[in-house]
Amino acid sequence: MSAPSVLYDAPGPKAKARNVGYTIAFLVALAAVIWWVLATMAEKGQLDGEKWSPFVTDGRIWTTFILPGVQNTLIAAGLSILIALPIGALFGILRLSDHVWVRWPSATVVEFFRAVPVLILMFFANEFYFNFTDIASDQRPLYAVVTGLVLYNGSVLAEVVRAGILSLPKGQTEAAQALGLRKTQTMTNVLLPQAVTAMLPAIVSQIVVIVKDTALGGAALGFAELLSRIRPISNNYGQNMIATLVIVAVIFIVLNFIITSAASWLEKWNRQRKKGTGAVVAPGAVDDVATGQAV
Amino acid sequence: MFDFLSEYDVLGAFWVTVQLTFFSAIGSLIWGTILAGMRVSPVPLMRGFAASYINLMRNTPLTLIILACSLGLNQTLGMTLAGQNFEQQNYRLAILGFVAYTATFVCESIRSGINTVPVGQAEAARALGLGFTQVLGIVVLPQAFRSVVGPLASVLIALTKNTTIASTIGVAEASLLMSEMIENESDKIFLVFAIFALGFVILTLPTGLLLGWVAKKAAVKR
Repeated sequence: MSAPSVLYDAPGPKAKARNVGYTIAFLVALAAVIWWVLATMAEKGQLDGEKWSPFVTDGRIWTTFILPGVQNTLIAAGLSILIALPIGALFGILRLSDHVWVRWPSATVVEFFRAVPVLILMFFANEFYFNFTDIASDQRPLYAVVTGLVLYNGSVLAEVVRAGILSLPKGQTEAAQALGLRKTQTMTNVLLPQAVTAMLPAIVSQIVVIVKDTALGGAALGFAELLSRIRPISNNYGQNMIATLVIVAVIFIVLNFIITSAASWLEKWNRQRKKGTGAVVAPGAVDDVATGQAV
Repeated sequence: MFDFLSEYDVLGAFWVTVQLTFFSAIGSLIWGTILAGMRVSPVPLMRGFAASYINLMRNTPLTLIILACSLGLNQTLGMTLAGQNFEQQNYRLAILGFVAYTATFVCESIRSGINTVPVGQAEAARALGLGFTQVLGIVVLPQAFRSVVGPLASVLIALTKNTTIASTIGVAEASLLMSEMIENESDKIFLVFAIFALGFVILTLPTGLLLGWVAKKAAVKR
């Protein structure tokens, strides 16, 4: 009989009894925490039916607050990824250039924007647009959020592109050279098309990071995305802060869970594919020590 | 050109950032290790709890977690971590939020480290008659930790950058001071941005280099 894990033997009668004991002890501890939370919520009136029922009975809470919030979140995230991808591809390729005077400046730009917190970039972009452009003040937060996210994620995607191209077998470049292709032709006709499939899972999982970071714009710049809706909802529906937080969190989790599932499905599809080189850049593969992008 | 700096406590703000990072890092390391232990434990309920906790936390924006700590736990449910002192209160709530979120990444790093320990190590430990806690605590985890210094350093650096999110609940760390300065000194926004960007580069770069070196030294040669 094989063990379920290398870390412990298949449980015998004694171990089974002990595991049941641990299960009960853990269950009790967990129940105590949940009971404490629920009791405190009940004490503060957060469990009252009228605090939760608007989410089911009152359609306006969705049409006025939540759905426009989700829409703004998706617009900001979508714009960011669409603008960041070409920038990332460009810088990723520039970093692989044969010329030092191209490689070094692009590496500096990429490493700089990966080392600076997104929030700082957003604050700066917001103030920059305020001082130097005439973007309407109600549009400015969106511009600032997208700028911050593009600068940061563009440089992260540059690393993803670089890792994707480097993950291809060396024979691909060599074969292209043997055919007499130029460097640009090798890149555009041979390496990039294959690298894109290898990078897809990592790119898709980067979208999760972008969606999560749009919430920063809501909290810090007053961008009207999903998270920033919690205060208006709570004020309009009888201070139901806990209920609102739970609903908003669930929407974010479901949204990100769908994206994460797509990423892991793409990764599996990539590995099983008969065609191609089988190279794959897994989600979070480029979180090297220098910057720590995965979190 | 740099005269205006004397009006602001830039170093003090960065010191708060460092403190936030330090305490959150210690907390996440402890909670993350416990989660990793649960994730590989023989008790199915613990495995299930750790797995769902990690999935939920990782897919929630950190900003939401930090706001929930302040608006939900503190202001609505009345949980206090530091009496009536508002400043100290939000500072500790922010650390709580950072620990809850960052621990999931620590846990996943440690779990990947456990997978790098050769199967024979755990098998030999079991053959000697060690129980699960002994196998994990004496044999597997010490080796796993040595191989995850690199990934953990990466998490630490991300945490340093994430502490800026504490400004959304009014903790007086670097990014809050920056948003104040950038509004007051609107003719020097590039300079202000450069100072704070440089501050974060100074915080993260040596950490990365130092821990990268430690990671190489500590890794088990196989």
